[in-house]
Amino acid sequence: MFDASNLTIQAWRRENGRVGVRNHVIILPVDDISNAACEAVANNVKGTMALPHAYGRLQFGEDLDLHFRTMIGTGANPNVAAVVVIGIEPEWTKTIVDGIAKTGKPVTGFSIEQKGDFETIRQAGWKAKEYVHWATELQKEECPISELWVSTKCGESDTTTGLSSCPTVGNMYDKLLPHGLYGCFGETSEITGAEHICEKRAANPEAAAKFMKIFQAYQDDVIFAHQTDDLSDSQPTKGNILGGLTTIEEKALGNLEKIGRTSTYIDALGPAEAPEKGNGLYFMDTSSAAAECVTLMGAAGYVVHTFPTGQGNVVGNPIVPVIKISGNPRTLRTMSEHIDVDVTGVLTREMTIDQAGDALIEMIRRTANGRVTAAEALGHREFVMTKLYRSA
Amino acid sequence: MAVPQLLVHDAKDNVGVVVVEGLTAGTEMLCVITHDNTDFKLRVEEDIPIGHKVALGDLKAGDTIIKYGEDIGKMVGDVSKGHHVHTQNLKTKRW
Repeated sequence: MFDASNLTIQAWRRENGRVGVRNHVIILPVDDISNAACEAVANNVKGTMALPHAYGRLQFGEDLDLHFRTMIGTGANPNVAAVVVIGIEPEWTKTIVDGIAKTGKPVTGFSIEQKGDFETIRQAGWKAKEYVHWATELQKEECPISELWVSTKCGESDTTTGLSSCPTVGNMYDKLLPHGLYGCFGETSEITGAEHICEKRAANPEAAAKFMKIFQAYQDDVIFAHQTDDLSDSQPTKGNILGGLTTIEEKALGNLEKIGRTSTYIDALGPAEAPEKGNGLYFMDTSSAAAECVTLMGAAGYVVHTFPTGQGNVVGNPIVPVIKISGNPRTLRTMSEHIDVDVTGVLTREMTIDQAGDALIEMIRRTANGRVTAAEALGHREFVMTKLYRSA
Repeated sequence: MAVPQLLVHDAKDNVGVVVVEGLTAGTEMLCVITHDNTDFKLRVEEDIPIGHKVALGDLKAGDTIIKYGEDIGKMVGDVSKGHHVHTQNLKTKRW
């Protein structure tokens, strides 16, 4: 039997006790019109990274709450050492700065109004440079691998993901969750057809009821409210169909292979909501679009993402290393630069799911220790906000 | 064990998945049920791309297709054993 209890990694322990595997100094725009100033600061001060995005103006209600939660959660993520926040107005900027400051990490906000881009960039640049000097002297320490928060979502799925790469992630969860890992899966739309199975995988009746409520709300508010056809043009996607997947039920069953054989989820979270019931597996209400989903899980505090792909999704994230796993031999032949863990041996019966799970755990360990993922090496930094409805 | 051309998740399934590239009609496929590692032979009647499904028996319109031991939709056309099962003859029961 595999023993993960002694596996350790070298990582940064943050002010709030959480463990981070990257040491980013980020320049975070509150809103779309602050992207330019953030990118200018990141250009002037090497070792920082701007996270441009498309929203943050005139949002309200639940949609604004989600925007703030995503911004604050991204800044609070343990993969981030320090944060410079830039917004057009001081009030919303302060809301985000105060939220991130609760972690105890260094964060400073700047607003552009009455000052202009030049002066904001100058002031923010000085602070960013100070943070880079500080962050680059932080030392890693030895931490149990089970202190990691590891999320998952698959993309460009095909029938090989359900046979190989998704059960590889499931095997990893079955082995690491009992030792204290935090896990997270989501993709509300792509559980359609297997929701009855997902409901049964809850650890308690409250989690099951919460999951079913989220699932039904998605069917009623999104699918039935907006559908013009049977969704066969969107789910499965054209890529899924090319890969041999025919129906959403088939896709959903493959998707759920990611939570393994024995793992159960202890709570169902809203988008970007941080888990609050201790270590274990969580379901999160997310879109099935890769960049949106990974962004939400990163904002909830997850520090490593495991991403099974069949036909070859190329997504990455600016602050969370995204580990790609594929068992499709054609994808490994045509686009191997995107794949970190090759599990094609599962299809040829030269590798068991148990061995594939061990290979993924080893790649998580190496990634946490600093190995740059394929997505990081190729510059994939997709940071995509989930928008619930039109702005005011 | 030789490398299989077709994998089947569960003994209850009535379709399997092609796991090799360039599979041509007439190939006597080695098929493995991953759940219990048992195997059987099946002749594929068309060229079928990697990742796509093959009927393990004769299927009729209205039949439920089982994969992972679960319902994945219904047939909307007939297909005989060894032929391609995909969007042209299999549809979701949802939405």
